[in-house]
Amino acid sequence: MTDVGPTPSQTVGPYLSLVLPWPDGPDVVAPATPGAVTISGRLTDGAGEPVPDGLIEIWQADPDGRFDHPDDPRGAHSYPGFRGFGRCPTDEHGQFAFRTLKPGALPDGGGGAEAPHLNVSVFARGLLHRVVTRIYFPDETAANAVDPAMRELSADAAELLTATERPDGSLRFDIRLQGDDETPFFEI
Amino acid sequence: MNEPVRPIAYRPDVKGTHPPLGFAGYRSTALRHPSKPLILLPQRLTEVTGPLFGAERVQPGDDDLTQFDGGEAVGQRIVVHGRLLDSDGCAVPNALIEVWQANAGGRYRHVNDQWPSPLDPHFAGLGRTVTDGDGHYRFTTIKPGAYPWKNHPNAWRPAHIHFSVFGQAFTQRLVTQMYFPDDPLFFQDPIFNSVPDEKARARLVSSYDHDVTTDHWALGFRFDVVLRGRAQTPFESEPDDD
Repeated sequence: MTDVGPTPSQTVGPYLSLVLPWPDGPDVVAPATPGAVTISGRLTDGAGEPVPDGLIEIWQADPDGRFDHPDDPRGAHSYPGFRGFGRCPTDEHGQFAFRTLKPGALPDGGGGAEAPHLNVSVFARGLLHRVVTRIYFPDETAANAVDPAMRELSADAAELLTATERPDGSLRFDIRLQGDDETPFFEI
Repeated sequence: MNEPVRPIAYRPDVKGTHPPLGFAGYRSTALRHPSKPLILLPQRLTEVTGPLFGAERVQPGDDDLTQFDGGEAVGQRIVVHGRLLDSDGCAVPNALIEVWQANAGGRYRHVNDQWPSPLDPHFAGLGRTVTDGDGHYRFTTIKPGAYPWKNHPNAWRPAHIHFSVFGQAFTQRLVTQMYFPDDPLFFQDPIFNSVPDEKARARLVSSYDHDVTTDHWALGFRFDVVLRGRAQTPFESEPDDD
């Protein structure tokens, strides 16, 4: 096969909102879907200031831990209106929000399981390449403890990757690009 | 739960391909880049799958940026085309490509762009298209202008078009910028020059394509977008202890 050099990443710049936000972008599932959960948070910089011109994307398995994708040989069960993907621009306060279904646990390829999680990409002016993180769930303490990615992390880092539950049942996950409580980011 | 699902990983890009997250020349990175090292995440199912957006996200006319609000945009009409590939040379078919750009005077139709070059009532500056079965894409637009910014004294961005592509896996997601050949502004642009490897940087520059240039109509430019590949047999991906 021909070996072709990959194209470098470049920043989205300040004007990504011309095309990247979609009206249905934050809806990983349709609005009235039973069992839908809201996950929201704030994107902040190294000074703790909101990042108002960012874009957050999420990608996740369905509630059975499956993907509607050729590289998941098990195939996906039917969750009508479930897309697995969401994208949301940050607002002037750096805030973003998604409506989704909680994913199931996934086989980790070695006989164990990955805890339910969402993969996250962050794009913004000032980011020359996306940064990638994960959101884990606060009601999955046992699964999180043996998750192959989480168990490699310090307790502090694992906590930073775990969403917190608000009194109304929605989940909060803040993303801090830099600083003492910086979100752990992954190289994939 | 414990079915033997063994994803085939995508190769890491060669060092020097992508810009470092902290790059002093581009001042906006200062407070926006992680200060801690990235943590290596082995690729599993969530990483080797991804959203497969295609024609359902594209409306007729989305691939022609020269027509907007009942009229034709001002500027040098161009056709931009190329292929979406992976680094094994395999086409990425039926895949969504989203683009955005400034108008011929270097002005974006965005509330935050205050550069006093006029807006063009017939240019919105956004487009979408989808690759065909061989990974080919094509859209018609006008050549964007250069524009000033505040990064350093007398700073000007070289003319560029933003590209956003998904590929077929979370791991392949890429946002980049296409530049034009022989732009005299390259030398002072920290975003272009943030790519460490000179050969990789050159891959951000489109080439003039006279075969696509159309007599009395438009100039042609070619820009291939190459995503991470994974030339590897399933056998090689199996754990040694199995």
